[in-house]
Amino acid sequence: MNTIDAGAYVLRTRGLRKEYGREAGLVRAVDGVDLEVAQGETVAIMGPSGCGKSTLLYLLGGLDRASGGEIWLDGQDLTQMSERALARLRRDAIGFVFQAFQLMDELTAVENVELPALLASRSPRAARKRALDLLEQVGLADRARFLPTQLSGGQRQRVAVARALVADPLVVLADEPTGNLDSAATVEVLRLFDQLHTAGQTLVIVTHDPRVAATADRMISMRDGAFTDQTMLQGGTSGRLGSLAGLEG
Amino acid sequence: MGKIVLVARLAARDIRRHQAQAVLLLLAITAATTTLVLGLALSGVTNHPYQQTRAATNGPDLVVGYGVNLGPTFGVNLNPTQGPPPVSAAQLRADTSALTHLSGVTAYSGPYPVASVVLQTHGLTVPVQAEGREQTPAAVDQPKLTSGSWVRPGGVVIERTFAEALSVGVGDQVTLDGRPFTVAGIAVTAAAAPYPNCSLTNCMFTGPQTAPSSSNVSTLNVGLAWVTEADARAMASPQAPLSYVLNLKLKNPATAPALVNQIFAPGGVGAPTSAGIDSVNSWQAISSAAGELVQDEQSVLKAGSLLAVLLAVASVAVLAGGRMAERTRRVGLLKAVGSTPGLVAAVLVAENLALALVAATAGLVIGWAAAPLITNPGAGLIGTAGPPSITLATIGLTVALALAVALASTLVPAIKAARSSTVSALADTPRPPRRRAALIALSARLPVPLLLGIRMAAGRLRRAVLGAASIAVTSAGIVALLTFRATVDHDLGPAAGQVGDPVVTRDTQMLLVLTIVLVALAVLNAVCTAWATVLDFRRSAALARALGASPRQVSAGVAWAQVLPAVPGTLLGIPLGIGLFKAADHGMMTIPPVWWLAAAVLLTLAAVAALASIPALLGTRRPAAEVLQAETA
Repeated sequence: MNTIDAGAYVLRTRGLRKEYGREAGLVRAVDGVDLEVAQGETVAIMGPSGCGKSTLLYLLGGLDRASGGEIWLDGQDLTQMSERALARLRRDAIGFVFQAFQLMDELTAVENVELPALLASRSPRAARKRALDLLEQVGLADRARFLPTQLSGGQRQRVAVARALVADPLVVLADEPTGNLDSAATVEVLRLFDQLHTAGQTLVIVTHDPRVAATADRMISMRDGAFTDQTMLQGGTSGRLGSLAGLEG
Repeated sequence: MGKIVLVARLAARDIRRHQAQAVLLLLAITAATTTLVLGLALSGVTNHPYQQTRAATNGPDLVVGYGVNLGPTFGVNLNPTQGPPPVSAAQLRADTSALTHLSGVTAYSGPYPVASVVLQTHGLTVPVQAEGREQTPAAVDQPKLTSGSWVRPGGVVIERTFAEALSVGVGDQVTLDGRPFTVAGIAVTAAAAPYPNCSLTNCMFTGPQTAPSSSNVSTLNVGLAWVTEADARAMASPQAPLSYVLNLKLKNPATAPALVNQIFAPGGVGAPTSAGIDSVNSWQAISSAAGELVQDEQSVLKAGSLLAVLLAVASVAVLAGGRMAERTRRVGLLKAVGSTPGLVAAVLVAENLALALVAATAGLVIGWAAAPLITNPGAGLIGTAGPPSITLATIGLTVALALAVALASTLVPAIKAARSSTVSALADTPRPPRRRAALIALSARLPVPLLLGIRMAAGRLRRAVLGAASIAVTSAGIVALLTFRATVDHDLGPAAGQVGDPVVTRDTQMLLVLTIVLVALAVLNAVCTAWATVLDFRRSAALARALGASPRQVSAGVAWAQVLPAVPGTLLGIPLGIGLFKAADHGMMTIPPVWWLAAAVLLTLAAVAALASIPALLGTRRPAAEVLQAETA
């Protein structure tokens, strides 16, 4: 059983809320969420569509502003940060993987991957080298000069994962990473997340796919904007659940 | 019939749904049509006022200036100390007799002595032809008083345009040739063109003449005044001898130009030119010179309407291109239910043509209403131009122009849309930006705002080119104005203590108004183009923010996407503007100083950046998460 070091939380929230509308029209998309994610931990957040999983993820990544509560990333309070500071944080400490890949169609795979490094004002040469290394890591070195329209769904998502890793982030936030993929592509991406987990990357994955959740150390259930229960997963991908996901131990 | 009804219905519904865009389109085309109508309305606008002035003053058909021997430098005395030698009294009598006995002459007045003197008032020093007159009315050419009374000893009557330029009125004190005079009256005449164009006809300054811009008195613009005959003769000197003016009435006024030729033909009374007859002007020539105030305006307006048309085409193309993108699904629907590509294109073009017709009508109405503001023939003629002439030709030309602008901007996008795949049109997938590998590679080496800006501009190159064209046209207008200003300052402007040129003043006002219209259109265009960029790249911008770009960097990127194409546009406007000025004004031209042009370029680019930042900032207010989730949904 994995143990979590209580003093090594990368990501923490207290009473996190996100509300839309007012009075009779008030919708609580995230309703008082407390979350703690330790260094190197993989946490899966599961729940039905519309339960607020993606909204929670965007709050954790500073892409949206909370209505209340606290978010701490590596000891910094995101709720008190300016837009500029949040942008810097996303450059340096957070990697995003989206359900719809969100690649720029006019850029090749390597140009998509190096983009965050260029936004961080790294030298073009260093950015390109890092991007090529990551594409090699995800098994797409031979597809570096391909446009997204020339790649399969699984390949596009692997490019997106490589892009998320360019800045060697503290945490990777993945929003339904296999939501748009077929079974074979799903397995490709799951293997990739497994590799990241083994390498000690902190991951928070939002999903409604139990196969994806099975790769995690901990699974949190979410309903109507709030956490309902939490399960520690034994053995992770090397256990019984891992084999059910199609991953060999 | 059903197809026509369908096309009209769809066009009307679409205009109602996108009213803001329709208004912008209307404004752009209306600006072009209005300037065209104003330019056309000026044709012949001074004919009627001149005829009114001729009738009121019993104006002459021929005006003859004579009495000094100007020699081979006809009309220009380059000797700074000595005037041209006067002809003998016998020669003068012989010339007078010959002229008054010409075939066709039915009446005459004069010869009146004319003194070439310097008028000083209110710190101004101006050359003047002071014509000596009897206190009793003349049979031919009796200037009509618009205020005050006629000449008296020590009293001077000043031509009205000249008086306005001097800012003098009845009762003011002036000096002529150092002698004090009181302004007794203000009058108009049909025997000479109004100031400053008197010198184009019969105002010959026999005193020492110098070029404009020198510290001495400039004799480029000579004023006209009337004094008593005794006062005129008293002001003659060897340096500026008297000349004489004779006004002739003809049996058939239409023959005046032919008689001028006859006078100067071999064997004619005015040949050879070394004799004492120095200038002969027909009433037709004087009328034409009197119209120069308005003719210059017309040249400026015609050049301005060309610029406005070009700007309107660029503006409409940007707006129309954006609207086409929004109608992709409609195109798919029409084709799915059986419309031919031709009908689809007709639907897409019809609403722009309808708006163009409305703009043509608006241009005609606004131009007709505003024309009296600029068709004032000037103070030198009495009467007004009357209602501007909006002829069938003007209407036809205006409508044709408006339709041409609409078609030029929308026909190609409409045909392309009509030929697109029905399935992809129904799917309504956003058109991805074009890939420009070289620009993408180049931008990787640049700071983040430039990286984003170059990629945005490169992704929509047609829009960038249209933006550059729009800025080029505006810049050309500004440079033309600067060129005019430089030319006026260097060549036409008064030296210290000299009187300004009303033609120059009026042209400056006209150019300024035109430039303001062009700038307003360009502002509209810049904001629309920037907003279209923000909408087009909202997903990319949200993604860039998700990957670590700050909102300020993204906003700056949008601004750079507009500024980068504006740089070549602004620079291209410099030779365009100078060329436009040269084409509109075939006379003198001075290129503006380099620092003027540099300041214009920098200010234009700063304005483009500032205007682009408004939609850019508005676009980044929406949280990135919202945009990305909306794109995923």
